[in-house]
Amino acid sequence: MTAVLIITLLCVAFGVALGFAAVRFRVEGDPVVDQIDAVLPQTQCGQCGYPGCRPYAEAIANDEAEINQCPPGGMDGVRALADLLDREVIPINPENGVEKPKSVAVIDEQTCIGCTLCIQACPVDAILGSAKKMHTVIADECTGCELCLPPCPVDCIDMKPVGENIAQWRWPAPESEDEDAA
Amino acid sequence: MISRLFNTRDTHFRFNGGIHLDDHKAESTGQPSAELSLSGQYTLPLRQHIGAPAQALVSVGDNVLKGQLIARPGAAPSAALHAPTSGRIVAIDARPVPHPSGLSDQCIVLEADGEDRATDYSPVGEDWPSRSREELLAALQDSGIVGLGGAVFPTATKLGSAREWEVTTLIINGAECEPWITCDQTLMQENAAEIVRGIGIALHLSGATECLVGIEDNKPAAISAMSKAAKASSYPITVVSVPTLYPTGGERQLIKVLTDKEVPAGKLPSNIGMLVMNVGTVYALERFISTGEPLITRMVTVTGDGVRAPQNFRARIGTPLADLIQAAGGYTASANRLTLGGPMMGYALPDDTLPLVKAGNCLLVTSPAVLPEKPAALPCIRCGACAQACPAGLLPQQLYWYSRARNHEALEKFAINSCIECGCCDYVCPSHIPLVHYFRFSKTDIRSAAEESRKADIARQRHDARQARLDRIAAEKAAKLAAKKAALAKKNAAAGDDKKDAIAQALERAKARKAELNKDDKQAGSSAETGGN
Ligand code: SF4
Ligand code: SF4
Ligand code: SF4
Repeated sequence: MTAVLIITLLCVAFGVALGFAAVRFRVEGDPVVDQIDAVLPQTQCGQCGYPGCRPYAEAIANDEAEINQCPPGGMDGVRALADLLDREVIPINPENGVEKPKSVAVIDEQTCIGCTLCIQACPVDAILGSAKKMHTVIADECTGCELCLPPCPVDCIDMKPVGENIAQWRWPAPESEDEDAA
Repeated sequence: MISRLFNTRDTHFRFNGGIHLDDHKAESTGQPSAELSLSGQYTLPLRQHIGAPAQALVSVGDNVLKGQLIARPGAAPSAALHAPTSGRIVAIDARPVPHPSGLSDQCIVLEADGEDRATDYSPVGEDWPSRSREELLAALQDSGIVGLGGAVFPTATKLGSAREWEVTTLIINGAECEPWITCDQTLMQENAAEIVRGIGIALHLSGATECLVGIEDNKPAAISAMSKAAKASSYPITVVSVPTLYPTGGERQLIKVLTDKEVPAGKLPSNIGMLVMNVGTVYALERFISTGEPLITRMVTVTGDGVRAPQNFRARIGTPLADLIQAAGGYTASANRLTLGGPMMGYALPDDTLPLVKAGNCLLVTSPAVLPEKPAALPCIRCGACAQACPAGLLPQQLYWYSRARNHEALEKFAINSCIECGCCDYVCPSHIPLVHYFRFSKTDIRSAAEESRKADIARQRHDARQARLDRIAAEKAAKLAAKKAALAKKNAAAGDDKKDAIAQALERAKARKAELNKDDKQAGSSAETGGN
């Protein structure tokens, strides 16, 4: 008798757990979060107050965060979010930082002592090197998040703006006529 | 009549749209072309073609000979670069280059020694028909030849892919539909025989079995020169006189006019078995095969009401534009705008210190009377004139709305990438809306958005991968810790009473050691005191 009872209870318990998990997973695979995350720049800098872009996307989806907390995304990013979520365009919250030209980290390889602290800080594994060996940044993969700057004990990392080059140049927008489009 | 005598025909096929413009061809064709005298310095951008920049093979201080390879092609598609004359390399650095952005790019700077000594060329020569295509294409890799009609796509790559596509028709673009420009016309009049030989080489390399040469009917002298040369050759060439209508020289438009075939949107001419080459390109091809000389000169028109003596010049690549202006008699008092290319598709240059590049077909200097500033734009009245003029069958007014709204999805749906930037819509718009500027902006905007999202995807993947790794390491650590604890607990349980004994023994040992230590300390202390005295 007790055995049957235990089995029954177990079944109920598992059922509840599974149901819970299903709900949780649905939240995690939430298309809204995916869509928001797709718009975010993936700089993974944490300036929005969340430990990365996806957590911020989740916070926006849950109405816990405003759409103007991501400085790397800039006003273009705010517009894209406003568009996606049917909200009003608002200026970037200065508390989160200011929109800056895109930069990449450059390690002064003469000064680097190979402490590996920057490697641990980089959210996208864009720094190469091992203990006591000089470190270097894979410029193509650096998102410019600046997270590697504070931990460096010898201050040998600099942010260098990615200059305009002919291959990536884009035509400036024409000055628009005095009327509204779309 | 002409058609009886030579391999010439007319065509009754048309493309939709297009506009009639004053051709302004007479200004620069009053006299034959002239060879430009040597300049003191030549500036050679490493990126003068579509694709990866060339890679410099020389260093500052090196002495080079005319025609010497100074930069080899980068990752394909790319093109080589050669010294336009003999002299010394004085710099390799970023300098302003002719580009709508006005930005700088890496250049090799050559100071001429005035001797113009050429390197030893080893031309393929007369027996090219007996050489395999592979061999000739390999030689072409380092010829520096690119499409001289404006596309500057590396010719070796283009010809190399022609056979994969089983190209059957070679189309030679001699339409030269843009006003003011006459470099192709001049070349056809003066070098028809070489062009026809070049066509023969291109037929051999591409595997095409027939060739159509399209020339607008406002160039009768070029038509007759080309017809005569074609007739004198044994190649299957037909010269076709096409009606003068801008932009017949557009690749797709010319194909339509010559063959009545349409290249589907998003496809290339090669997808329907056609290969289009410019007359200047086949001329360069002939020179390279016959004489071994790589692409170091091109025909360039210097014209407009802003220069005193408009003319065509055979000028070396890298020549300062100011030298070309000088050769054309210098500026007139009313000159106020310098354009590279024609009035429709060219772009304004900031000054004449820039060098002539491979794409430089025309230097147009104008006064406000000829090329006035566009009046301020007015709202679109939805008249539809732009859609009627568009030779690509697009709806420019729709594209314009979407461009302003930066609606990339809609822009792509309305085929913005099919826009050839011919400027017809712009020209006819009664509201003076700078439509082409909008489309150029949107095209590059879409491209950089795609690039940004590609980079963001990589960052997201790398971030996720890192997160997964950190989680795994944390989990492993936790598991190890748990395993250790479990092992310890087990041991402790098994040890049972032994453990109590062990503890008691350990305590005893510790006590004994302490006692010993105390004794030692005392001794050490007293000896220290003794030593102190
Ligand atoms: S602020 Fe940084 S971490 Fe936050 S969403 Fe923007 S890029 Fe991502
Ligand atoms: S021609 Fe100009 S005004 Fe007319 S529909 Fe096109 S964009 Fe609008
Ligand atoms: S510029 Fe583009 S949209 Fe305008 S007429 Fe030419 S192809 Fe059509």
